[in-house]
Amino acid sequence: MNEQTIETVEVPPVAESTRAVLRELVAHLRKNRTLLREEWARRITEAKLLTAMTEDEVFAEATSVYDNYVEALETGTLEALQAYARNLSERVIPRGVETHEVVGIVLLLRDVLARSLFAKYRADFAHLNRVLDAYEPAANRIAITVAVGFVQERERTIRDQQEAIRELSTPVLQVRERLLILPIIGVIDPHRARQLTEQLLQAIRTNRAKVVVIDITGVAAMDSHVANHLVLTVEASRLLGATVIVTGLSPEIAQTLVNIGVDLGKMNTAGDLQGGIEEAERQLGFKVTPNGDSAA
Amino acid sequence: MRSRTPRVAAQGNGQPLDEVRIVIRNDSDLVAVRQEGRRMAERLGFGGGDRTLIATAISELARNILRYADHGEVVLLHANHGPRKGMTVIAQDKGPGIKDVERALEVGYSTSGGLGLGLPGVRRLMDVFDIRSSSGDGTVVSATKWKP
Amino acid sequence: MPVPILKQGPHLIASVQSALGDSDLVELRDALIAQVGRYRSRGVIIDVTALDVMDSFASRTLGDIAHMARLRGAETVIVGVQPEVAFAMVQLGLTLEGVATALDLEEGLAFLQRRASRTGPSGHPSTA
Repeated sequence: MNEQTIETVEVPPVAESTRAVLRELVAHLRKNRTLLREEWARRITEAKLLTAMTEDEVFAEATSVYDNYVEALETGTLEALQAYARNLSERVIPRGVETHEVVGIVLLLRDVLARSLFAKYRADFAHLNRVLDAYEPAANRIAITVAVGFVQERERTIRDQQEAIRELSTPVLQVRERLLILPIIGVIDPHRARQLTEQLLQAIRTNRAKVVVIDITGVAAMDSHVANHLVLTVEASRLLGATVIVTGLSPEIAQTLVNIGVDLGKMNTAGDLQGGIEEAERQLGFKVTPNGDSAA
Repeated sequence: MRSRTPRVAAQGNGQPLDEVRIVIRNDSDLVAVRQEGRRMAERLGFGGGDRTLIATAISELARNILRYADHGEVVLLHANHGPRKGMTVIAQDKGPGIKDVERALEVGYSTSGGLGLGLPGVRRLMDVFDIRSSSGDGTVVSATKWKP
Repeated sequence: MPVPILKQGPHLIASVQSALGDSDLVELRDALIAQVGRYRSRGVIIDVTALDVMDSFASRTLGDIAHMARLRGAETVIVGVQPEVAFAMVQLGLTLEGVATALDLEEGLAFLQRRASRTGPSGHPSTA
């Protein structure tokens, strides 16, 4: 199973001289808060960002972001900012705000503040350099933190939505009494494989199925992990008293199964779905008459 | 594997706990530890299927303690790794240890009759799996399941 | 806590509880085999609907019961394995190979009756 890598931003220890400079520029940013915030809001509108939000909302968020930004510069710690970034993302993602907008506004703020620092310290080039030396790495860390926080939240939302869709879809079909069909199409990742198995086992119990036809005609390829999972599904179904017929086995997938040690002779297979259903009906005791009708 | 210094043992005041220790000494402890595991998994918000997987893994690990080391301890913990949340099971004993850990982890080493240690199976059930063991030095198995 | 065993004609039916310890399983095994001998039962149904965990010991013991019962002329069916339990079992490599399984009590009885009608009272196969 893959472990999710959590991206964290390293905060190296800050020298005292740098801290002094940061204190100085934080004071400046606080003093000119109203002015700079308005400048920033203007730039946001100019760049046509956050169009999904009303002007009041943009202003409110801008205020929060500004204050959190300055505080992060001041304290040098990012926890509060990370928490705020997650919180902000949770609120704006449902509104349709996209990654480039969030990254965009943070970078704009960085630029607005930088320009303000240029203006203030332009008379003393050496001092300006010291100020920028302190400001730039801090500002970049902040931008990355907010961007990463937003992207992670976005990914989590997408995963949740995919999960919800999967839960809603019912891939298991009951075609006649005691007979279930599970057609599998497309790419199967381990997570989806597990979900299909759980749904199948529940369906076997609910429908009191005695035969299941798993059709993998629509599956192009299967890695050994998923192939093994198929075998486990067959075994688990048997524990619930149901036999499984696998249909649509391509030569490639058959080879994969053999490679992981499956005795294909012992696995119930049929060429295609139709063949599988007929075999299932035979096992269930249905008589198949020549024109295709079945009698119980 | 991060080493954990023992923390305060579970108190019986009915409050939900993020760490539960169960001494494994006899039969009824096996039942108790898997029930505790299931309860913690439920508190953590695991779905039904995962709760059963966790309880089953706990049962196997605890049984190994009983069978091979006579007595030991199972610790159940809340697991956190950034935004990920889950549950960790640590099964430890001061028994004879496993001579060949590599072999014990080979799939197929444990037959379906339960004649072996069942470790490959436990590894399949959980997301993270770690084992430290050597002859005469006891065994520590640590396994974690993340919430999806 | 001992597992209750009911006699229903030629069959024995045992329903296990969820808090089933190792000694309970061993007791069940001994009790079932003894009763199969005493009543010359033809079938044994073990209902594990209430079992929330099936580990290697439980699986092994059920296999032992089936094996020993067969030696005494009785067929064993395990019924009521929960979907989640089945999934956990196969991941651990426990497949109850060689032991008949059915969905529930009703299916288990139907299975035993089908077998009985195939082999007939004398034990020789008769036409279906």
